[in-house]
Amino acid sequence: MLFLAAEGGESTHNPIIPLWQEIVVGSVAFAVLCFVLMKFVFPRMEQTFQARVDAIEGGIKRAEAAQAEANQLLEQYRAQLAEARTDAAKIRDDARADAEGIRQDILAKAREESDRVIQAGKDQLAAERATIVRELRAEVGTIAVDLASKIVGESLADEARRKGTVDRFLSGLESTGAR
Amino acid sequence: MFGQANVLAAGQAAFPPTVDDFYLPSILPWNDHDSIWFTKITAMVWIAVGVLIIFFLATYRNPQLVPTKKQWFAESIYGFVRNNIAVDMIGHAGVRFAPYFTTLFCFVLLTNAFAIIPFFQISPNSHIAFPAILAIISYVLFNYIGIKKHGFVKYFKNSLIPPAPWYILPLLIPIELFSTFIVRPFSLAVRLFANMFAGHMLLLVFTLGGFAMLSANAWLAPVSVLSWVMTIALTFLEFLVICLQAYVFTVLTASYVQGALADEH
Repeated sequence: MLFLAAEGGESTHNPIIPLWQEIVVGSVAFAVLCFVLMKFVFPRMEQTFQARVDAIEGGIKRAEAAQAEANQLLEQYRAQLAEARTDAAKIRDDARADAEGIRQDILAKAREESDRVIQAGKDQLAAERATIVRELRAEVGTIAVDLASKIVGESLADEARRKGTVDRFLSGLESTGAR
Repeated sequence: MFGQANVLAAGQAAFPPTVDDFYLPSILPWNDHDSIWFTKITAMVWIAVGVLIIFFLATYRNPQLVPTKKQWFAESIYGFVRNNIAVDMIGHAGVRFAPYFTTLFCFVLLTNAFAIIPFFQISPNSHIAFPAILAIISYVLFNYIGIKKHGFVKYFKNSLIPPAPWYILPLLIPIELFSTFIVRPFSLAVRLFANMFAGHMLLLVFTLGGFAMLSANAWLAPVSVLSWVMTIALTFLEFLVICLQAYVFTVLTASYVQGALADEH
């Protein structure tokens, strides 16, 4: 049908001359396309690309920072651990030294105490002995004088002689006892 | 479209095809040869615009850092034009032109592709009006960019005066003027138009030729079949031309912008 219409004579169209209606339609349509795509689509794509680059680079940076922090913490913990070990060893040594010191102290005190107790006992003994000896001496003297008086039947009146006699006797007794 | 099919079925196709076969009657009002506002051609332009807008808005409504398949596809179109055309031709400064180049590339590619998509089967770019619009935009774009960057005088000095001995300049300056400021928009428009026009004409010749031979003599049926097989082969060729011309149009525009931005001639 349409071909028959064109068949009549010369071609009614020149393909190299643009139709102004098509220029209008094409301009409007392309302007709309440009407006929408260049305003709402491609800038967002550019943003997404940028965000992606940031995400990758940021991720690498964050990982590096985390790695560095982990390394630093590890070093710190190691240092702390070493320090703690040294401290513990020092504390153990101190404790051992303290314990030794305390033991020595206690031993010394105990020894001192025992020496003191022994000394006190000895002193007391000596004192008691001296008292007893003194008393005995007086008593023995009296008894001996009494006895001798009874035996002799008379009082040994002379005090000075009596005293010297008893003393002599007792010294002789002592020296025989000590021997 | 349906008229054409009826004609083909009835074996009354006019052969050889003429330029008038490119000028289809309007859709609204129906079958009017004088009204051009709403024809198959303009409808296809609107469809191309609509499809591109819907495709990109739908795929990029909610962009993710890790893209979905559709988003990845839309991004790779943009990434292709951005990296392989804009940045390759212009350098890093080309990124700001990438949105326009991508729009241009997609529009030309899709309108070209109508040449071989069933039921469309003619490209709007086989009407020179559409390539002409795009070429004028490219022309205005590269001149505007150049003047904006260098200033009016320096831009024309850069463009017109090549680094050559003074005595040859009287010959070179007119040539430069002619090639840069007069021929460029025409060559851009005509290259695209002529490729799509010739492609459609070629397919028409082989398709209608098959019908013409069949209706002339039944014994020519095998040759008709051969003619149609050729049509299929030429459709593949046409596919190549479609992609190539879209690419070439975009690359040349980028190249002109690059030339306008360059400091030296």
